[in-house]
Order: sequence, then C-alpha cells, then structure tokens
Amino acid sequence: MADFKHPFDVLVAGGGNAGLCAAISARRAGARVLVLESAIKDFRGGNSRHTRDIRYMHRGATEFVTGAYEEEEFWQDLRGVTGGATNERLARLTIRDSETLGDWMAANGVRWQKPLRGTLHLARSNLFMLGGGKAMMNAYYDTAAKLGVEIDYETEVQELKVRDGEFISAVAVRGGAARAIEAKTIVVASGGFEANISWLKEYWGEAAENFIIRGTKNNQGVLLKELLKHGAKPEGDPRGCHAVALDARAPKFDGGIVTRLDSVPFGIVVNKEVKRFYDEGEDFWPKRYAIWGKLIAEQPDQIAYSIVDADALPRFMPSVFPPLEAGSIAKLASTLEIDPRALVAVVDEFNRSVRAGKYDPGSLDDCHTEGLTPPKSHWAKSIDRPPYYGYPLRPGITFTYLGVTVDEQARVIMQNDQPAKNIFAAGEMMAGNILGRGYLAGFGLTIGSVFGRIAGREAARHGGF
Amino acid sequence: MADFDLVKDGARQMTICNACRYCEGYCAVFPAMELRRTFTKGDLVYLANLCFDCRACYYACQYAPPHEFAVNVPKLMSELRADTYREFTWPGMLSGLFKRNALAVSAITASSMIIILGLVLALKGSAVLLGTHVGEGAFYRVVPFVAMTVPPSLIMLYGFVVFIVGAVRFRRETRGPISDLVDGSALWRAMKDAFGLAYMKGGGAGCNYPGESFSRSRMWHHHLVFYGFLLDLAATSIAAFYHHFLDWHAPYPYLSAPVVLGTLGGIGLIVGTLGLLYLKWKSDRAPADSTMRSLDIAFLVMLFLTSSTGLALLALRETPAMGTLLVIHLGVVAGLFITAPYGKFAHVVYRYAALVRYAIEQRRIESPDHQN
Repeated sequence: MADFKHPFDVLVAGGGNAGLCAAISARRAGARVLVLESAIKDFRGGNSRHTRDIRYMHRGATEFVTGAYEEEEFWQDLRGVTGGATNERLARLTIRDSETLGDWMAANGVRWQKPLRGTLHLARSNLFMLGGGKAMMNAYYDTAAKLGVEIDYETEVQELKVRDGEFISAVAVRGGAARAIEAKTIVVASGGFEANISWLKEYWGEAAENFIIRGTKNNQGVLLKELLKHGAKPEGDPRGCHAVALDARAPKFDGGIVTRLDSVPFGIVVNKEVKRFYDEGEDFWPKRYAIWGKLIAEQPDQIAYSIVDADALPRFMPSVFPPLEAGSIAKLASTLEIDPRALVAVVDEFNRSVRAGKYDPGSLDDCHTEGLTPPKSHWAKSIDRPPYYGYPLRPGITFTYLGVTVDEQARVIMQNDQPAKNIFAAGEMMAGNILGRGYLAGFGLTIGSVFGRIAGREAARHGGF
Repeated sequence: MADFDLVKDGARQMTICNACRYCEGYCAVFPAMELRRTFTKGDLVYLANLCFDCRACYYACQYAPPHEFAVNVPKLMSELRADTYREFTWPGMLSGLFKRNALAVSAITASSMIIILGLVLALKGSAVLLGTHVGEGAFYRVVPFVAMTVPPSLIMLYGFVVFIVGAVRFRRETRGPISDLVDGSALWRAMKDAFGLAYMKGGGAGCNYPGESFSRSRMWHHHLVFYGFLLDLAATSIAAFYHHFLDWHAPYPYLSAPVVLGTLGGIGLIVGTLGLLYLKWKSDRAPADSTMRSLDIAFLVMLFLTSSTGLALLALRETPAMGTLLVIHLGVVAGLFITAPYGKFAHVVYRYAALVRYAIEQRRIESPDHQN
C-alpha cells in the first residue's frame, strides 16, 4: 500500500488506459503519483482491458498499418459518425496528438501486431495491440511500477473535496475503510456510468434492468456525479449510450468482445410478440450493429430473436454461445419460448415476399423483399433450409456519452466556463467532448491516450514539475 | 480415451477464443484454431501439441479466472498434452507410468543401478569396481563393451518403436493425411520452428515465464538443454565411429572430439536443466497442470543427473572412484532411456508432428488459390 503521510503531487482516480497514460506522463515529469484502481488486480484496467486496437493519425504505411491516415480524413470520419456532435478544436488536437501515440505506447511497453483476420477494414487506420487491451494494460502497469508510480487496487475514490474549483482532497474507500488522501492535483479518469443501472433507469426506465453491460461493473459514475455536483459543466447527451445487439445469454458484466452476434443481416429478427420491427438488411452490419442495441431496448422486455437457417449459419463469425436449433420453424419458436404459429406465419410471409437476386454478402446486393413492412432491403433470402437456428438478443451497453467539459489542457470546465484550478479529466469521463454521438472503431482509446497524456503532463506542471 | 470433460471444456474454451482472437499474434495455436469452427478431440490434441506453454495468452486474457468464463489456455493445453502422451503410448498398459512419473522414473533408475552394480560385483568383483583403471579400454574392464552397448541399443530401439506408434496414433487422431509424413517443405519448416523454438518467443518479447513479465530465459535455457543433448548425442556417435571403424577405444583424450563435445553438451545440460528447474520452481502455478509439471521435473532431473554424473566420471576417470561413478552413470542413463517413452521426452515427437501439420495447413491458406 502506498505511503499516505506526505501529500501526493498527482492523484489519479481510475486505473484504465487514460489513468495509466496520465500516471506515466506525470511520473516521467517527476511528480509523485498515486493511482487508485477500484477493481481487483485481475480486473484492473476498466473497459480498456476489452479493447484491441487504437486509431491514430499517420503519414504512411508501417510494418503494422497498410497506408497513410492523415488529419483531414480522420477528421472527416469523425465528423461523419458524430453528425457534428464534436468540438472541432479538441477533436483536431486529439487527431494531431495521436500521431505520436504509436511510438509513445511502444516506448511504454505496448507491442503491436498485424491486424486480426476479419478486421482488415481497419488495417490502414488502426494499430492492433499484440494480445489486446489487457496485454496493453499489463504493459502500462509494469512500466508505471518500474517508474515508481504508486498503485493501490480495490480502492475506490468516492468523494472529492472541492472548494471554488480547487481540489483539496479525496475520500478513498478500501475494504470498507475510508481515508482522506491529499494531493496537489487530481486526474479523474474513472470512466462513464454505464454499469450504474439505477442511473441508467433515470433515462431508460425499467428497460435498463434488461441491459447487458459489455465492460466493467466498476464504472458506476461515482466521480462523474461528484464532479457534476461540484459544479463541473456537463457535456454529452445524458441518455446517450453506445448500445449494440448482443447475445442475450451474455454475462451481465464484462462479457467483452465475444458476446457480439453477427447473424442479424443473414435472417430475420422478431420481438417477443413475434413481429419484425426493423430492416435487417438496411446496411452492412459493422455500420448497423450499434443502432440495434437501441432498437431492441425499445421492444417489449428488451428482447429479440434472430432467426436463420442452415444455409446462413456458416456465413457469419462463430459466436461464443451455440444457437438454439430445431428441425422446424414451429419447434424453434417453442425452444425460444415464443408463439410457434405466429413465427411460422412471419417466416412464411417473409419467404413469399423475397425477390431473389444475385446474393452477395460482400455488397449491398439486390436480394430484397416486396410488399413487406418493414422491408429487408438487402440479403433477403428465403429461410427454408432446416435445421433452423435462433439467437436471443439483448441491448449491450458499451459506454455512456455523458461527461464533463474540458479544455485543451484537460482541465475540467466549471459552470461559470472557467477551468478548475487543479482538476483534470481524461478518458470516457470527457470523451463526449469529442465523440458526442456514434462511434469510430479504436477512437475511445485514442481520446483516452491523448487526454491521459495531456492530463498527466499538465497536472505535473501544476504540481510544480 | 481422453477425459470427456476435458474435451468438452476444451471445446468450450476454444469457442470463446475463436470469437475473440486477440491472441492470434502470439503463436501457432490461435491461427490454427481460426481454421475451425467446432473442436473435436482430434482438433484439441493437435492444438494442444502446438502450444509451447509460453503463457502469453493467459496473462493477456480478458476472460481468465476469476472471470466467469474461466479461460486458461496454457493449463488446458498442458492437461490435453499429458492426456495425449498417456493415450497414444504403447503398450497401453504402461500408460500409468505417466501418472506416477516421478516414482516410476526413480524406481526404474534405482533398479537399473542395482542390477548393473550386482552384475559388476558378481562377474568382476569388488576389487575391479574399486580399482584404478587407466589407458585404452579402462571402462570396459569394469563393464564389458558388449554390456555397455547392446542393452542401450535395444532400449533405444524400443523407445523408437514406441514413438513411431505414438506418431501414427497422433496422425490418425488428428486426421492428418499420410502424405504429411513425406512432405519435405513442411518437415523443413517444422524443423526450423522446433530448432529455433519459434513459439517460445510469445510474439517477440518472450514467454510470460516464470511470471507475468516477458522473458526469454526459458527459451535460452531450453536451447542449452536441447543443444546440449544433441552435442552429447554427437559425442556418443563419434565415439561409436572411433570404436567400430578406427578401432580406437575409450577413454579418449581430453581434447578429442567425443570428450570436447560431450563436455560442452554436459555443461549445457547442467546449466539448462538447473535453469529450467529454477524457473519452474518460481513459476506461476495458475496456468500450470500438476501432471505435466511432475513430468517436466522428472525429465529435467534425469537429464541433470545424466550430465553431471557423466562429467564427474570424466573428471575422476583415473581415480579409484571411476568404477562406482561408471555404475551410477550407466544406471542413470539406463533410467533416462528406459523411461523416455513414458515421460516428457514424448513432447519432442508430438510437438514436431503438430508443427508439421501446422506448416501444411498454413501453406494451404497462404497459397493464392485459397478462398477464405
């Protein structure tokens, strides 16, 4: 355990990617740094341990990326997904600063690999961590420890003492015992609030009970609430969350990447009342999977069922839970515990309306339905080859968008539009400033790394280094 | 029959890995896994023997215990390998030797030593055993040449037969075509992977062994053991050549090829085995299987004893201790080779077979006409 007798220069609340980037930067500047991580050591790293790649700006191909990805293209991609819900100044700062990330991360122990099979669409823009996010976090913790950063696990910062925008001390709880921790500055990097179901209920009602949280259960938003209480200016849609379609059998927390399901465009999806509710073939799945979380959240009991036949099954990535299987549509419905006659009717109607064309999962093909509401615009193919397979689906929350406003030095902006004196924020805590809506693969890590480094550097500077 | 629950759990874990794939840069196991969607016992046996227990995937795994998915690939693979060794051995009734390996190895080695000692005492007498012998043929005055060469040759031949049976059974279980055995380029690529210990590099930085941080110490120590063993094998072969074709009999001078190579090999083996034993002692138990661990320790101890008694014999060959040391050394060597088919030595056969299979599979998907 860390020595609390003398005040720390920099207290970092949260031991994920942003927190460790801040801690390493501050420590390298010479500051005495304490990281408090609420999880046990095995689960350290928050949602970062479920990541696998990071988007960064670069001017040419390297051993690990296939070509250039420069500022303007990066910015246009970001503007596209957010529909303008971004702060261009901070966004461009993030993009430009990301250029040095590859070397910085490697210098701090992170190792790269060639893009994974099946993710080649990211081969040009994103760097892939060898072993993924947990391996990256292991490297950062190792580096931080070697540099002399003090780290306490199973220690949660629960309260902040703030006076006139100035951080005084924090109350940290470990094993039920609370203690005050003094530091010259604080970097708050404790993530969003997506694991706080009762907070989610404020916006989503009882439906939130049926949400699956893809990442850590530690993201309770305690310090986000604390900062807002102390007058930090909020940023981002409080109701906003990145919600995808997941296998309903996924664990409630920390299921990570493997519980995703890619079956939707290869069949039909019905809700509990055995009604289709959205065009399963509207666009390519990587562009649509993030709207399906919200779509399912709006269905009765927040559940839906993806139905495919034997012809479709080998066409998508294997998923971690085997599909439910039956020799007939009626039997499959019984297995899924939905009305068999209704499902037979829905599948029959769908099959009758299919206008077969040249089937091609690799393009927006001309296989579509006619006279069906809602339609299936592409990849419409009769579901008629037994055995039939079903996957139950639920909304899976990746992260929330609500955060605190920050400036270019990662300082938290208060309600009076003035920056707090010695409070910095990094990671999901402030990502909403830059990514106010939508998602760009590997960009959460970019924001966390860039602002983590800035927050660490600026906090150390404020502490006199 | 491999444990049904183990196969079932293996398929479960591989299904999780296959939906994640973050570890594919570490070694051969994951690229091989990605070519499959379901995992039969044969698939698991193949993947298990591709695993070099570098443990990088364990420390990188977001689903490792205490996560409820409890993915622990190095442990799973070790358990499957131990099962492979037991199941594919011949004759089946001796497969129990894998289970109580340390006991079996100690008992067989001790018995060998006692039998040799008994024969020397009965046939030559204690005066010969405790006497000083120098000059050409000194060793054979204690243990006659025929006794020192014919039984070991038979033991090695026997071990060779057991391993051929094992390799054939492995090939049948993993459904590899018979043409695998004569695929020159695959045999060559597998040879390079094996001799370079390509998969003890954990994707570049080394193994997470003995603990969480990356290290190449296991690889270097393994190299010392492996090449030390090969040097000793070369020394013995050259000595045999001298004996049969040049009619030049042991002991050989200190600067002769058999002694120089044997000494270098012996030192490599001593340093390598002690290093590996030390690392094993320090290593994290969580990703380990206790059966495999005992096989490892028994084998390392035997290699250490073989090389250290061999070097002691060399150092003291002109003293009255020579006879006793010779008996001890021959007893240890006999124990090593008699138990070789029923211990960790087996990994050489199955790992190589798996690497050949891997070379063929990867060449197929790398070829331009492969449709993914």
